[in-house]
Amino acid sequence: MENKVFSKDEWLEGIKALQSEYKVFVPVKAGDFHKFVRLEEQTIPDLDYQNTRLSPKSLVYPESERMFEFSTDENDPDYNILKEAQKDFGPQAIIGLRPCDAHGFLIVKRNFDNPEYKDPWWVRRYEASTLVGLGCNEPCGTCFCSSVGGGPFDEEGLDVLLFDLEDQYLAKALTEKGSTLLAKLDGGSEASDKELSKAEEVKKAAQEKISSKVDTSKLADKDVLELFNAPFWEDLAFACINCGTCTFLCPTCWCFDIQDEVYQKIGDRIRNWDACMFPLFTLHGSGHNPRSEKFQRVRQRFMHKLKYYVDKYGNGVQCSGCGRCVQFCPVNIDIRHVIELMNSH
Amino acid sequence: MKSKIGVTPEVELFFRPHLARIERIFPQVADHRLFQLRFADGAVSEAFQHTPGQFIELTVPGVGEAPISVSSPPTRPGVIEICVRKAGRVTSALFELQRGDQIAIRGPLGRGFPLETFRGHDLLLVAGGLGMAPLRSLLQTVLDERRAFGDLILMYGARNPDDILFKYELLGLMNRTDMKYLLSVDADEEGIWKQYVGVVTGLFKDVSLNPETTYCAMCGPPVMYRFVVQELLNRSVMPERIFLSLERMMQCGVGKCGHCAIGPYYCCTDGPVFSYSEIRDIKEAI
Repeated sequence: MENKVFSKDEWLEGIKALQSEYKVFVPVKAGDFHKFVRLEEQTIPDLDYQNTRLSPKSLVYPESERMFEFSTDENDPDYNILKEAQKDFGPQAIIGLRPCDAHGFLIVKRNFDNPEYKDPWWVRRYEASTLVGLGCNEPCGTCFCSSVGGGPFDEEGLDVLLFDLEDQYLAKALTEKGSTLLAKLDGGSEASDKELSKAEEVKKAAQEKISSKVDTSKLADKDVLELFNAPFWEDLAFACINCGTCTFLCPTCWCFDIQDEVYQKIGDRIRNWDACMFPLFTLHGSGHNPRSEKFQRVRQRFMHKLKYYVDKYGNGVQCSGCGRCVQFCPVNIDIRHVIELMNSH
Repeated sequence: MKSKIGVTPEVELFFRPHLARIERIFPQVADHRLFQLRFADGAVSEAFQHTPGQFIELTVPGVGEAPISVSSPPTRPGVIEICVRKAGRVTSALFELQRGDQIAIRGPLGRGFPLETFRGHDLLLVAGGLGMAPLRSLLQTVLDERRAFGDLILMYGARNPDDILFKYELLGLMNRTDMKYLLSVDADEEGIWKQYVGVVTGLFKDVSLNPETTYCAMCGPPVMYRFVVQELLNRSVMPERIFLSLERMMQCGVGKCGHCAIGPYYCCTDGPVFSYSEIRDIKEAI
């Protein structure tokens, strides 16, 4: 696989040209934060950023997605028949996402893309995506990717990894898809040994800058019942307001809710992101609710990410270490603290 | 711009419901009805082969979907029967529909009772309230292939004498010599009940079980599970031989949406029928 070096201007021009073959998504500054948007004529990509406030999960798994459409008009010959809504599965390139968020896609993939049932829409959109990651030269204080099997320059789940070398990018192709994308870019030159060793230095320096570490290796051996019955859940949940911000921002939260909506005689079946933090999430039609208490829902979220998932897949925790939930929780609940509580119980 | 816009063939497999009609409606006790459904497409109907304990996602057009267990046995194909309590949005809308009206069905979904494992063994079925709905599918399957199974006992606990589902159908079992049917009611305010009054576990005093040869299948409210499981364990029935059907808000039915998560399991794909050995360490399960 090739390593190419582009000047930053060259790179930006290059990805603009990709628009003829891909839907291109880039981070832009919006108010105080960054977010991914579709690259268009007026878009000013900003790759000089920490991370987007919302993870890029919506680019593969929209926050609200029409699954089916139907007519409730009795005069329509196809009345009441649910037909799949038209969707665009054209190739898309996500430029500049962080390695933790690529790791997030791999975690979610275990749920949506298993041999038993492949989620038709998630899988096709994921397969149509080329992920061009940007290594983190300056990880933040809430980043703990290296504690959950990742790292600021982790390559797993990416098709291309970019190294920011001050005035240029070194682009390392990691997959066929990545090579294909790079081959479509004008300019650039084969990376020299000097540039390669500079990239290694940047990577090493970044890894050393990760100050936040928590041990997730003990969770697999913990007893599930003992963790479930641990006394700390009620204390932990006390401050929680069940707002669901953590699940909304999380690149690895995948739950959704299915609803039918009818306007006049046109109906849609829609799926929307949902959150285990909400009491309605588990409410039965009968009124019974298996998780009616707040602490049960808080416990469920952490037990799912840090124990049930661990036991079920035997491949790490359901967390990419991006730190969004730590940064944006309005009552400062910190998943790293929860891991420590679970470790020491 | 080159882009592939289209539909995905996989959707046919499990997300898209198929049209069906309500063929007949039988009123049961208050707020409960038995609906007979038939697919519009004969090929879809033929492909629908379920195991007792499996469920469907029922669409009431324009309203939404709800998970409902199948009450009819696979031995009587063609018509799908569901016994529904009017409770939430979708079931309330279902109760507004008439014979001949359209609904749509996805399924069968989930893991039902292990019928193959049960064959050749004694069976104890324990139902509480609306739990009789999925167990009726198992009961009728066993009765239709009666010689393939050993001793058969059905215990059914209802709230009061007016709340017994499939009342007359089940009354016919009283005279059968090839099975035992025990009925209890929690309360009998009018004093008309001639059989056992009390919780369903009270019925155990009249039966002897061979723990070596008996499998138990049950469906009912969580509180019933706690007591019945304890009763069975006291009688040396192994947890691996006890099967329970759990109820959760199963939405997608194919292990994606997360609503029915129980510990490491999804109720919709790993269940809704679990052996007690699978869930005894998951406190939230029952």
